[in-house]
Amino acid sequence: MCEYLLSLKGICKRFPGVNALTDVSLDVKNGEIHALCGENGAGKSTFIKILTGVYQSNDGEMLCEGKVVRFNNTKESFSLGITAIYQELSILPNLTVTENIFLGRELRIPGFGLLDYRRMNQLAKTALLELGIDIDVTKTASEYTMGYQQMIEIARALIANVKLIIMDEPTSSLSGREVDVLLKNIHMLKEKGIAVIYISHRLEEVLAIADRITVIRDGCKIGTMERSEADEEKIIRLMVGRTLEEKFPRHQTQKGEIALRVRNLNQRGRLKDISFDLHKGEVIGFAGLVGAGRTELARAIFGADKIDGGIIEIFGKVVKINSPKDAIHHGMAFLTEDRKGQGLILMHDIIVNSTLTGLKKFCKFGYFIDQKMVVAEVDEMMRELQIHPAIPKMTTRLLSGGNQQKVVIAKWLCSKAKIFIFDEPTRGIDVGAKVEVYNLINRLVNEGAAVIVISSELPEVMGISDRILVMNSGKITGEFSCLEVTPEEILKAATGGISHECKHA
Amino acid sequence: MNASTPEVQSHGGTQKTQLRQMIKKMGSLIGLIGLSLVLTFASPYFLTIDNIMNVARQSAINSLIAIGMLLAILTAGIDLSVGSILALSTVMMGIVVVKMGMSPVVGVLVCLGIGILLGWLNGMMLTKMSLPHPFISTLGTMNVARGLALIVTAASPISNFPASIQFLGAAFIGPIPVSFILVLVVYAVFHVFLNYTTVGRYIYAVGGNPEATRLSGINIDKVLIIVYTISGLMAALGGLVLVGRVNSAYPLAGLGYEFDAIAACIIGGASFMGGEGTVWGTLIGSMIMAVLRNGLNLLSVSAEMQTVAIGIVIILAVYIDVLRHKAAARVKT
Ligand SMILES: Nc1ncnc2c1ncn2[C@@H]1O[C@H](COP(=O)(O)OP(=O)(O)OP(=O)(O)O)[C@@H](O)[C@H]1O
Ligand SMILES: [Mg+2]
Repeated sequence: MCEYLLSLKGICKRFPGVNALTDVSLDVKNGEIHALCGENGAGKSTFIKILTGVYQSNDGEMLCEGKVVRFNNTKESFSLGITAIYQELSILPNLTVTENIFLGRELRIPGFGLLDYRRMNQLAKTALLELGIDIDVTKTASEYTMGYQQMIEIARALIANVKLIIMDEPTSSLSGREVDVLLKNIHMLKEKGIAVIYISHRLEEVLAIADRITVIRDGCKIGTMERSEADEEKIIRLMVGRTLEEKFPRHQTQKGEIALRVRNLNQRGRLKDISFDLHKGEVIGFAGLVGAGRTELARAIFGADKIDGGIIEIFGKVVKINSPKDAIHHGMAFLTEDRKGQGLILMHDIIVNSTLTGLKKFCKFGYFIDQKMVVAEVDEMMRELQIHPAIPKMTTRLLSGGNQQKVVIAKWLCSKAKIFIFDEPTRGIDVGAKVEVYNLINRLVNEGAAVIVISSELPEVMGISDRILVMNSGKITGEFSCLEVTPEEILKAATGGISHECKHA
Repeated sequence: MNASTPEVQSHGGTQKTQLRQMIKKMGSLIGLIGLSLVLTFASPYFLTIDNIMNVARQSAINSLIAIGMLLAILTAGIDLSVGSILALSTVMMGIVVVKMGMSPVVGVLVCLGIGILLGWLNGMMLTKMSLPHPFISTLGTMNVARGLALIVTAASPISNFPASIQFLGAAFIGPIPVSFILVLVVYAVFHVFLNYTTVGRYIYAVGGNPEATRLSGINIDKVLIIVYTISGLMAALGGLVLVGRVNSAYPLAGLGYEFDAIAACIIGGASFMGGEGTVWGTLIGSMIMAVLRNGLNLLSVSAEMQTVAIGIVIILAVYIDVLRHKAAARVKT
């Protein structure tokens, strides 16, 4: 057997107008955990797609266990034991867990050709137990959370006896506990001799599990290092080409009048008696576990879902918000957590997407859009947010994840809102760009906006908010000033422990 | 211009990619020109002023209906009721003008008004009654309107319309049929509407991702109601032209017109998934269908065979589009 499971040499990939990868080489050893780091748009996902046969390289070669291979589609790579788990899961929600695990490789009853559900259920169950989860495999996949669905995908790979599992930002929509389970299972895979390529913008995860780390910048490989030689600062330096001064910059504003007052907001089965005030010049962070009701609260305030009672006041006036349209009319903006499903029109370009909320302001004579004004404003926003590549007519589907997020942000900047709700604003964004987003939030606050940030990353909530509200099962279970709170206190409130009341000075 | 947003956008890059962009945008136009060239060689009569004007006239009704249909398709919907709306609105005009002797102006208003009303109902059923897909609401309207058209006329045609009503469908200005001029004017208006007004842009947005559009503060119910209302109006306008051309309103008019309209949109590059398609593409799609029918007539191909040919062209046109998308996706510069 040869030392490398897989080695790629001099891989190049060009898209019209973009060199996504230039001369990238990478070796993967049997049973190693190899992390891939790089900024948004560095080419990580493209590299993975070449590896699995979604794209074909323009140049370079690929050796699998010493033999030259070339994959035209994912089926060919799968047959050699390579599979990928993407951030957007490829689980079919309407099929059962078992059917998902055996999709395309169903077992049949010998001699009959009918599906052998008994054996499949058994094997599926065993594979999932190996991953430490015990669920009913005959239920449909839609009944389980994202974390479980990811495990179902891994079980699918286990059943097929793969040698390499690639994970592209697998943790970006998982809760803290689910992340722990995933990382534990990755170790388990390694012990079974399965190699893992792991992509994540969360460097602490990378440092926790990787054996080796490769950094890519602007489509070029910067280097591969052993875990022992790596630390967070070094990875960041290699990724962005400079050191970051401040991970969580803070805004310099005094809080002003009350911008948003929520009183006794109720939504059957989801939200119970939510009350809080948000001031001008203030950032409130909403912490809590996934499913605590934070997104539901944001959607309710924004009029995306109906409420069953409660009062919302904006700048002192009671308002009635029945639809997102009303909310925007009253100066609100809402960045959804699911940028592909709810944020972007993927088939349309950056111009269309980034001006959707503010289209009316480009109108002449009330109805006709001034195309020149639109283009000028979009150019300006793209420069400000450093959207890359800076091609206004680029279809947003082709942008890297982080740049897609920036387009969504641009959309709301365009609406000239005064109250911003950011739901997981830095999901899938690289370390450098995160700081950009924080700076941007700070700028909004300095200009007199009021901001709510919902985030599942505790350091982020603690790093950028003035006040932290913790939610649990649809209720606010704790309020803390950022200056005097510990992660333990927040976690306690989030998991139903006793809340520590503390008013902001 | 920001008419549609295809797979790979112009990357402002090399001339080669720009050329490819052009070809992509012009795909159906090249098809139309190619088809015309073939027919020019096949039939000496094809490339005469008379015949070209004939094609222009024949394509008019389908073009008018297709542009309304395009709006529905852009929102990832469909309007199956256009043929029946055409029938009901024209026979009602016949009853008002011919049978009741009211003024042609009232007749035209009744005709267009019924188109607007039925289209609006389609939109209301889709949005306010939350019917799951426009296929259902418009299928219902298709049957109701056809049935009503048969009932109010006792299944017999109405003829002898005044000349003023026939003007749109029958008159010429010089060699050019008025109906074709109407089409050009209507298409220009739609081009501006879809590309340079907010509602027009919202129509593309709704088709691309309704949830993202709603969360961007756009009232998508309103957009959809506007879309189906306009589609109904265009069906009635097509009916007005038809009445002029044949000097008769009959309850079985417009049978199957919905499929010709859909075909024109699809041949012209509109996507059934919504969000993609252009005004001029639709015009070319409609012209391709008319030229094809005309050519096959000139070559004395039987009506039955013509139907077969149209079917094949629809599938070929969309297949070529699929290939073009694939080529663009794996393009190597
Ligand atoms: N099909 C495509 N056509 C054109 N350009 C593309 C295509 N796919 C990717 N790109 C471009 O290639 C570059 C690399 O993108 P890729 O998605 O690999 O980045 P990434 O490292 O995964 O970034 P992120 O961390 O944001 O996910 C980007 O500039 C992107 O816009
Ligand atoms: Mg990526």
